[in-house]
Amino acid sequence: MSKRKGVYTGNELIALAAIDAGCRFYAGYPITPSSEIMEVMSKEMPKVGGGFIQMEDEIASMAAAIGAAWTGVKSMTASSGPGISLKSENLGLACITETPVVIVNIMRGGPSTGFPTAPSQSDVMQAKWGTHGDHPVIALVPGNAKEMYYETVRAFNLAEKFRTPVFILGDETLGHMNTMVELPDPSELEIVEREIYQPKEGEKYKPFDMSKGDVPPMGAFFRGYRFHLTGLNHDEYGYPTIDKEMIRKQQERMMKKVENHADEIVKNELFMMDDAEYIIFAYGSTGAASKLAAKRLREKGKKVGVFRPITIWPFPEKQLDEVIATGKYKGIMVAEANLGQIIFEVERVNKGRLPLKDLLKVDGTPVSPTDIVTRFEEVF
Amino acid sequence: MAGYINYEYYLRQDYRNLQWCPGCGDGAILQAFLRAVHELEISKDDVAVVSGIGCSGRISGYIDFNTMHTTHGRPVAFATGIKLAAPDKYVVVFGGDGDQTAIGGNHFIHACRRNIDLTIIVINNNVYGMTGGQYSPTTPNGFKTQTTPYGNYDNQFDIVKLATGAGATYVARETVLKPVILTKYIKKALQHKGCSVVEVISNCHINLGRRNKMKSPHALLDWIKEHTVPMSKAKKMSEEELVGKVVTGEFVEIDKPEFTEQYYKLCESLKGE
Repeated sequence: MSKRKGVYTGNELIALAAIDAGCRFYAGYPITPSSEIMEVMSKEMPKVGGGFIQMEDEIASMAAAIGAAWTGVKSMTASSGPGISLKSENLGLACITETPVVIVNIMRGGPSTGFPTAPSQSDVMQAKWGTHGDHPVIALVPGNAKEMYYETVRAFNLAEKFRTPVFILGDETLGHMNTMVELPDPSELEIVEREIYQPKEGEKYKPFDMSKGDVPPMGAFFRGYRFHLTGLNHDEYGYPTIDKEMIRKQQERMMKKVENHADEIVKNELFMMDDAEYIIFAYGSTGAASKLAAKRLREKGKKVGVFRPITIWPFPEKQLDEVIATGKYKGIMVAEANLGQIIFEVERVNKGRLPLKDLLKVDGTPVSPTDIVTRFEEVF
Repeated sequence: MAGYINYEYYLRQDYRNLQWCPGCGDGAILQAFLRAVHELEISKDDVAVVSGIGCSGRISGYIDFNTMHTTHGRPVAFATGIKLAAPDKYVVVFGGDGDQTAIGGNHFIHACRRNIDLTIIVINNNVYGMTGGQYSPTTPNGFKTQTTPYGNYDNQFDIVKLATGAGATYVARETVLKPVILTKYIKKALQHKGCSVVEVISNCHINLGRRNKMKSPHALLDWIKEHTVPMSKAKKMSEEELVGKVVTGEFVEIDKPEFTEQYYKLCESLKGE
């Protein structure tokens, strides 16, 4: 494939990146503002011989993506808030069966049907706790068109590496914004390919083998050995168990496989932070707006930098703590398009060390640089 | 035809935590399924068995295939993903009446509509057994359950009509009392290219029979026998005689383009684009 340069929407970039990352199965259901991802998939997936299906509902599309993953392919589904609420049931099954799968949420206003055609960042906590029970989740928050592409590739890599569902949280602004982008040749990308475990002669495959480190090797159906997967608490072979030690160990390992490797997953952009006196903490499209706002504030003589997480789960607590601990800063403002979600994570890390202010916006319009400048001047 | 069947070969020797009550119909249905696989000489490696939640859901754990015990009502959706990603494999779904006609009704009818090559075995014991005996969309009128303490006044689904109306291309119904015929139907369903539905009327003497003045497990089996009529016999009966009776037999067997075949034909036509 030669280099492709053109004007793409963020949603198109996600779909193209998925195919470039080796995604060969997509199941979805129409929903605004993410439908274009499925539309591009319906056109491109058959060309590369992968599976594409528009399912009867969101629950089913999550299920189909998980089923396909266990035949050995990289799979994906995409939606927006209301659809993610429905997918959350089977997201739990992906967590407990440790299934690599990429889930895109192009966030819109909520709750319920909310504001389908407007951007929002009100599903960041849903991504973490949307399904019941203790479970790990990785969630990436790209902040511009280029990142919609490259973070999608990274999402697949992380899903494969950690055998767990990975969210990409975009929003309506990022999903629908047109940008001139030059896409790389897929051969230039760093891609984590799934190594499908082949047991040795006489060896019984354990899909949840605790002796092989935090992430047990991934097997696949129809490879000459057979195994069981269940949504119940299970032992190393995947068989249901009520052994309390086994349940505890498996649950803890499942959480730790992400916690223990947070440094490999967490990614932040520190923008003009070196000489800054104030921090704006923002992600996604609000993160991009914050960078512009920081520049404008600097023109007005306020030394402002931006801490922009590109991975939101696991939360960059160590990295943020290190920044705050330098003692260089006078205050921190969290900007997000919701009524206060990530700010509580920031507060948890800040532990009262810096004055913490907020810019919270839920009127269906994107958080603009002007919003941020205005609010910053009000609070600092 | 393959000879003697060694069930041990098909049952997981390292997992025997049987959850079923003594006399449960699930065992007979599982036996019929294993016999069908054996007689068709299908390799265990080429079969995926997907189940939902409930007593029927436990089947996948006991048998040595590529197995997935999923969420309540959703096994057909998981199976659809497996089948589309591995179109040359046998993908079998086990689900109960609650699983397939209540919480999972949508997935069930859409698999039928799509005519995707799945073998869906619906174990209809007319009740939610595992949760302690609440009424399901197939519980007969008047029956007492934990949630119809005064008798059931809610209407029933006819699974055969539901599957037929939704577009399944092989539809059959039998009872646990006739395992030989049931085996034949499951074999035909496995061989059929398209969405196959086999409804099996089963017995839950613990959570249904016992609550409806059927003192011995056998009484519920007798009830099933009295209330079912083979199609050949039903054809000779009047409408009045058929009131309250469930007809068993093969209802649909037609050729129609199958979903994954059509999809991969499309892929082939787009090659190189």
